[in-house]
Amino acid sequence: MPMLEVKGITKGFGTLDVLRGVDLTVERGDVVAILGPSGSGKTTLLRCINFLETADAGTLVFDGESFELGHVSKRDIARLRKKTAFVFQNYNLFSNKTALENVTEGLILGHKMPKTQARDVGRRALDRVGLSDRYDYYPDQLSGGQQQRVAIARAIAPEPEIIYFDEPTSALDPELTVEVLAVMRRLAEDGMTMLVVTHEMGFARTVSNRVIFMEDGVVAESGPSKEFFENPKEERTKAFLRSIGTTMAGESGKKENQAKE
Amino acid sequence: MDAHAWQVFAQSFDDILIPGLCMTIPLTVAAFSLCMVVALLLAMVQYAKVPVLRQFARFYIWIFRGTPLLVQLFIVYYGLPRVGIVIHEVVAAIAVIGLNYAAYCAETIRAALESVPVGQVEAGYCTGLSYIQIMRRIVLPQAMKTAFPTLSNSLISMLKDTSLAANITVMEMLQKTKQIVARTYEPLVLYIEVGLIYLAFSTILTWLQGRGERRLSTHRVKRRRNENADA
Ligand SMILES: Nc1ncnc2c1ncn2[C@@H]1O[C@H](COP(=O)(O)OP(=O)(O)O)[C@@H](O)[C@H]1O
Ligand SMILES: [Mg+2]
Repeated sequence: MPMLEVKGITKGFGTLDVLRGVDLTVERGDVVAILGPSGSGKTTLLRCINFLETADAGTLVFDGESFELGHVSKRDIARLRKKTAFVFQNYNLFSNKTALENVTEGLILGHKMPKTQARDVGRRALDRVGLSDRYDYYPDQLSGGQQQRVAIARAIAPEPEIIYFDEPTSALDPELTVEVLAVMRRLAEDGMTMLVVTHEMGFARTVSNRVIFMEDGVVAESGPSKEFFENPKEERTKAFLRSIGTTMAGESGKKENQAKE
Repeated sequence: MDAHAWQVFAQSFDDILIPGLCMTIPLTVAAFSLCMVVALLLAMVQYAKVPVLRQFARFYIWIFRGTPLLVQLFIVYYGLPRVGIVIHEVVAAIAVIGLNYAAYCAETIRAALESVPVGQVEAGYCTGLSYIQIMRRIVLPQAMKTAFPTLSNSLISMLKDTSLAANITVMEMLQKTKQIVARTYEPLVLYIEVGLIYLAFSTILTWLQGRGERRLSTHRVKRRRNENADA
């Protein structure tokens, strides 16, 4: 049984149809990369799946439980959100809270965890992203890469079943991109289920096991990463891969640095 | 300036200062407290886009910002008795000044609430917080810090505007000064004197504002010490 299944999701803003029937399946332990040109609806897709936007129609099946998008109750939304986490492009840390408080806030208030336990869990989450020496720093005292790692710690601390990432490294300089991708790679190795919108072809190729390529609000091609990169079927996919300068040659990995130009 | 003037100046100091301490300041404190509560409510219903209440807030602000404070005082104190509502002059002054300033402070607070990036609200939802929790723990603390200088400004302004209550017989500093002028015929030195006392009060508030702002920005250093202590 897939952990997450989305069927026929549609969303428009005014007269603009941003999502025109997107299907998507994520199995437990999957790392699924969503690729596609800017404006193709990737962010909107993630936001609809986590109810930050209300989709116009579609079905969402989470852990075998089915929901009619557009008609999900507030209570169900709150319940589902406790099983998921979201990492934003621009981190969105609480600026009035320290790194540790950013992580513990949701544990204490949302997940009703006792404070001392929450602090332990919070410190461990920050340790996992390599920020053991930054517990009490405020977001504006941290680099972009560190802020994004705090955001990842905040995401993993409640042990969600899946984490959604929306271009987690797009706002970062190349050096800082590397540290964030390294953290994400480790999460993937630990078996975390992840749905990642990204432009990092190195990451998509070597870390994700499946790729979804979106264009104009529909899935243009999807499949196992290896196949997608080595043998893309659709003309549009080939054109996209060419445009971002990914070589189809066998060498893989260690491309995080270059991939982002 | 002759000796009589200076003598009146010196002798009247206590007589003017006492209503300042016993009326002007308590009046300001009471009116500003009322103002903050009402302003916060007016700002929050707009920020949260609560239907009906939000339109009410706009209407409220339109009325209170669009008419003179003095006219509002007159309507409540001299006008309402005509329909059988008699309000004590001090109560009328607190209510009208507080409600009037609430209209301005509501706008300050609303702008400050809106300046907190929506992304932080969304992140709050995604980490399992409820709307109320997000407001209380994330949005309001940041908004109040942003609004603090402007609200302090309103407080200083209000302190001076309590002198308008003299027009509805409240025995505050200016009213007292007018009485002494009527008795001694020394308007120049006496009005300068009361002005200087207002200046002293505002100076103290300005100093407090500076301290408050410094506290808001150094609060992080203190917090860090506490955190380490409990770790
Ligand atoms: N809140 C919104 N209101 C109106 N249009 C929007 C909104 N959010 C996104 N869009 C539009 O939807 C399209 C897809 O946006 P987005 O999902 O952000 O794409 P991507 O993440 O793939 O770059 C774009 O044309 C964008 O302008
Ligand atoms: Mg996007």
